[in-house]
Amino acid sequence: MSLDILINLIYIVSAILFIYGLKMLSSPATARRGNFISAIGMFLAVVTTLINKEVVDFQWIVLGFVIGAVIGAFAARLIAMTQMPEMVALFNGFGGIASLLVGWGVYHSGPSVDSLTITTIFLSILIGGVTFSGSLIAFAKLSEIIGGKPTLFPGQKVFNVLILIAIIAAGVLFIISPVSSYDILIAIIVLSLILGVLAVIPIGGADMPVVISLLNSYSGLAACAAGFVIQNNILIVSGALVGASGIILTKIMCKAMNRSLSNVLFSGFGATTTGKGGKQEGEVKPIVAEDAYYILEAASSVAFVPGYGLAVAQAQHVVRELGDLLEANGAEVYYAIHPVAGRMPGHMNVLLAEANVPYDKLYEMDDINPIMNTVDVAVVIGANDVVNPAARHDEESPIFGMPIINVDYAKTVFVLKRSMAAGFAGIGNELFFAPNTRMLFGDAKASISAVVAEFKES
Amino acid sequence: MDPTTLIFLAFILVLSIFLGFEIISKVPATLHTPLMSGSNAISGITLVGAVIAAGSTGNETVSIILATSAVAFATINVIGGYMVTDRMLGMFRKKPTGDNK
Repeated sequence: MSLDILINLIYIVSAILFIYGLKMLSSPATARRGNFISAIGMFLAVVTTLINKEVVDFQWIVLGFVIGAVIGAFAARLIAMTQMPEMVALFNGFGGIASLLVGWGVYHSGPSVDSLTITTIFLSILIGGVTFSGSLIAFAKLSEIIGGKPTLFPGQKVFNVLILIAIIAAGVLFIISPVSSYDILIAIIVLSLILGVLAVIPIGGADMPVVISLLNSYSGLAACAAGFVIQNNILIVSGALVGASGIILTKIMCKAMNRSLSNVLFSGFGATTTGKGGKQEGEVKPIVAEDAYYILEAASSVAFVPGYGLAVAQAQHVVRELGDLLEANGAEVYYAIHPVAGRMPGHMNVLLAEANVPYDKLYEMDDINPIMNTVDVAVVIGANDVVNPAARHDEESPIFGMPIINVDYAKTVFVLKRSMAAGFAGIGNELFFAPNTRMLFGDAKASISAVVAEFKES
Repeated sequence: MDPTTLIFLAFILVLSIFLGFEIISKVPATLHTPLMSGSNAISGITLVGAVIAAGSTGNETVSIILATSAVAFATINVIGGYMVTDRMLGMFRKKPTGDNK
């Protein structure tokens, strides 16, 4: 059996392990084992590649391994769960840059490449470049290095189209005249990087879940393109799996915001709608921790509805503590999670899991809404737009039609909030003025700790 | 690359995308964050391409820099992605643990 066939057989095994690993992600009970199986697939694929006859010297491979492994391991150990969106954004970018570098490297070392291969190199660099710079911008927005507001300038769309035309033109030139076209290659790299930046800057902080999902998909497609460059099946299979995963998440996120993908990508949502509050009648009724305690103490069912504010305040542990006290007090406790709560898909679930909330207490929007009118107290923690009733009835509202968690159907609603400022989308919320709403102002963690203290004193 | 190879690779691509849709749509919303970090790790498969490039650079400086950094970036994704996903998934428990009465 020739070495090549052996290598490819092992790649098939790797692909099976990846697929099996992803399949096991369908339940939290098997997910961890699935991740391990997937890692074995990766280990096999990489080790097998080392016996490839083209691989003759190992010093640079080892150097790259060591650098990458040290950085990766430290990042994975040290990252706070609240910062997962930033980490995923950055890793999307690393996937992109790796594909760009592979494409570039192949071009650099092989002057006699044919036009089909050149086309794949072009795609690998283009997708990789856009993914890389786009992800860096997403990372910067998430970690608040740059502002979360959409950046718009006059003529932006025209400019983007011009850049796109320039890339296509450069691509065509690159493909038809591969000899001495190193300058064009550099131009393509630079243009792709610019395009990635331009694609992400007009997108607001509230739309970040969509953006990271989409970039996640791109990073898979970049791996696919690199797979075409080196004609390697395992890259194509794995890249396609990641690409499909990102697309599915993107679709779920868009649906949960009742917006089309093109609306998210091009509209600069949130840049122009600030202050458009709709009608807000009635008065705000503040409440103190002691009174909140009396109401919660009497409640027989309580639903916590977390949003990004939970992550900012690092309140997940005290929330679980309060949940436990309520359960000990005989109440039924739910944790209701909107698909776009937080800054990435599933972010709230991870935070609550970190705080030891068992996953069978985490309810999706469609499971909690039918029973919301039986809930005595809904506690909204740092969420705003995902519980705004205007989405149901106010056609003027920018979020009209977005599915929400119907906390206003609960008998009493507590809203934990720092101040009366508008949410991420910059939209006022009539929930705060509803007759059954009580506002608990202040830092979410401090507020809940105060309620927990009341419980313990009694 | 001859066109036959291209068609063959495109065939694999299309089937894998369909397979991906089938499997991933069964992942519950609770696990979407680990799914994404796990995908980060899988997209680090570019490491295979990077290793081939880095193992055949000869002594050419630009090639060495390109290939070695490709290996490093892809390794960050593989190691970091799998480790952080494992860490996260370890937190998902069915019943509360001991510290929680």
